[in-house]
Amino acid sequence: MSTAISVEHLSYSYPGVDDTPGTVVFEDMNLTVESGSFVAVLGGNGCGKSTLAKHFNAILLPCGGKVYVCGLDTSVEDKLMQVRRCVGMVFQNPDNQIVANVVEEDVAFGPENLGIASPAIRQRVDQALKQVGMYEYREHAPHLLSGGQKQRIAIAGVIAMEPKCIVLDEPTAMLDPKGRREVLETVTRLNREKGITVVLITHHMDEAAKAERVVVLHGGKAVLDGTPKEVFSQVETLHSIGLCAPDTTELCFMLNQQGYSLELTCLTDEECAQTLMKAFKV
Amino acid sequence: MAPILEVRGLTHIYSVGTPFEHTALKDISFSVEPGEFVGVIGHTGSGKSTLMQHMNGLLKPTEGTILLGGKDIWSDKALTRQSRFRVGLVFQYPEYQLFEETVYKDIAFGPKNMGLKPEEIDRRVREAAGFVGLSDAQLQASPFDLSGGQKRRAAIAGVIAMEPEVLILDEPTAGLDPEGRAEILENIESYRKAKNATIMMVSHSMNDVARLADRLLVLCDSRLVMEGTPKEVFSHAQELLDMGLDIPDVTRVFLRLRQLGLPVAPVYTLDQAVEALLALKGGDHRA
Amino acid sequence: MLKDITLGQFFPGDSIIHRLDPRTKLIFLVIYIVALFTASNWISYGLVLAFLIFVICVSKIPLKSIVRGMKPLVFILIFTGILNIFFTAGETVLVSFWIITITLEGVIRAVFMMARILMLITGTFLLTYTTSPIALTDGLESLLGPLKKLHLPVHELSMMMCIALRFIPTLIEETDKIMCAQKARGADFENGSLIQRVKALVPILVPLFISAFRRADELATAMECRCYQGGEGRTKMKLLRYHRWDLYAFLSGALLLGAVITLHIFGL
Repeated sequence: MSTAISVEHLSYSYPGVDDTPGTVVFEDMNLTVESGSFVAVLGGNGCGKSTLAKHFNAILLPCGGKVYVCGLDTSVEDKLMQVRRCVGMVFQNPDNQIVANVVEEDVAFGPENLGIASPAIRQRVDQALKQVGMYEYREHAPHLLSGGQKQRIAIAGVIAMEPKCIVLDEPTAMLDPKGRREVLETVTRLNREKGITVVLITHHMDEAAKAERVVVLHGGKAVLDGTPKEVFSQVETLHSIGLCAPDTTELCFMLNQQGYSLELTCLTDEECAQTLMKAFKV
Repeated sequence: MAPILEVRGLTHIYSVGTPFEHTALKDISFSVEPGEFVGVIGHTGSGKSTLMQHMNGLLKPTEGTILLGGKDIWSDKALTRQSRFRVGLVFQYPEYQLFEETVYKDIAFGPKNMGLKPEEIDRRVREAAGFVGLSDAQLQASPFDLSGGQKRRAAIAGVIAMEPEVLILDEPTAGLDPEGRAEILENIESYRKAKNATIMMVSHSMNDVARLADRLLVLCDSRLVMEGTPKEVFSHAQELLDMGLDIPDVTRVFLRLRQLGLPVAPVYTLDQAVEALLALKGGDHRA
Repeated sequence: MLKDITLGQFFPGDSIIHRLDPRTKLIFLVIYIVALFTASNWISYGLVLAFLIFVICVSKIPLKSIVRGMKPLVFILIFTGILNIFFTAGETVLVSFWIITITLEGVIRAVFMMARILMLITGTFLLTYTTSPIALTDGLESLLGPLKKLHLPVHELSMMMCIALRFIPTLIEETDKIMCAQKARGADFENGSLIQRVKALVPILVPLFISAFRRADELATAMECRCYQGGEGRTKMKLLRYHRWDLYAFLSGALLLGAVITLHIFGL
């Protein structure tokens, strides 16, 4: 498999105001994301998740080290547009990333910037809206839609540019459970059916549990990295950095503290029920 | 004990007489006892936020009455204004309402509007800051220099400083990480214990309300469809799921365990789940 | 509350008026306004009114919505009326009381002026009701296109207008929310002296500005991420093209203007 994003010895600090020293976010960060994979990046507030995301399409440039996207060095200015075509970004607040006041016009915004001919834009827009299940809403005003719907519009706006990779920076933080489900289903489908690489930044454990791989950031380092089962079974490490595991795993962990030795790899209700059945069957 | 809040036949219709007319609440009645922790759940647009804004007189009922300490809050003007202070309302994302130069001044805004003496304002500001764990140095800082979670807690302190008998919070933990969520919920509990205050909390997190609330109100399509202890409410698991709501993770796991033939009672918090499972083995712990 | 404002709202539809090219509608509005201001007697006013009614019928915009949009303007209308009734000199005195004299000329003039304002606003409403803000800005950008040669930032201006239109409902909603939140902390916007009331706005304006700046910042980042680099090299999904109906519209506009001017010249 080829590499979609690779971060090599990245260091970054936000510049300080006046003469105060800046805030160091990364000192020596390394991460590779394989093409076509679905990676969740977990971490508490202020762990550098968003800063990392902004390096993926050259909104921020490394102070040291390199970030490569689809083989392109993000710090080369000539390649900027190529980098941004390659990696689409979806942000937390859906209201602040929708440009136009008609759904389809907003989805068209990206392709229009690329200078594509109008019939081709029309085709891309329709296709993108169908892929996120918002085609019927193409003539609606975005401000009248629900949070989950708005976020799907934002995703459509990104995939209409046909990127190889989508980076979502806490896309569900402002949504209700239904909206969160909608967004997550859409993203999972795009990854599975279209082979788009997905980097999902979140602090919801249950969302991260649905990814293929989970990277836990803390203090500017990837402290845990592996499949959801591998990562969430490290309950103690997660607790020590202010995170937690899904409740199903937490339940097994609490039982283990009472003297049981259950496996900590159950993420779904069914897995948890089966594990408990084995231990408690009369 | 007499209820602190009583809602009788509350109906609210927005934009009456225009094509935008829309019923947000329909014939809602319930009461809240002093010191109770009431959780309010319901899908987006079910009328939760509209209901909350009636409790302190921000919205006037189209029909029905709201009694605070036995008196109709709309019966006279002074009482309506008083209800603003006796019932503290924390909106969603309250940190976006901070406006003063220092955190101290911002927290003092509510008490100042109450017309209190400077010494009393100072006492309340410091006490409120204590409840939410803000230090003296942070009180003198600009609210815009705080971190996200701190801003949220400063905003909540601004309402707590009015020392409301009833504290209402609309999704106080939205958008925070697990640590931030736990902190805010602890702050609320500590205020409740110290002042024997009544709490109403709107939340999408079933795990949180199951753990904290004494009683739950379930709203669906502008109506109050269920009311009871978490145990009672979550025993209607299927109905809740049909309304597009969740049930706590452990409740779902235990439902499955019963299907698989394990004789366990329904539970809705982690602690209960552990207890129930341990009881099953009669304290016989396997090594 | 604030959400009920319909001024400048778009009503999606599929009428001929909706489908006209936005440029046609913009030019047509100019013609209509010129005709309205040229009209000087009952017949020409009647002609313009008949035309307006015809357009309303074709557009299928419910009369109710148009009337509702007028509500905020009632004051201006009444003010104009009163001003004209009381301050127009004339020969046929109808009522004379103390220093107030009402003349027949004054009444006629007041009716004309009020009709003119009403028709002017209705016409403008029809444009915004039947044209999506995007189409409108596209139309403006295209019509003002030649000015680009004079280095006027036509694209940037239309982009700004488009974004402003997009964020008006969001900011109105936000204002509503902030007001409620400050009221919940005992802020009082309704009572007190003028100075007190102006002061009471600070707790609303500060958070509103901060939020607007934050939104602007995030939006700018999001736009950059979607490869926005200004107007250069940008294409459009919807190309503006004139159709048969646009021709009819121009013709009827020319006829209307011609008729009104003729009536004016011959003083009928």
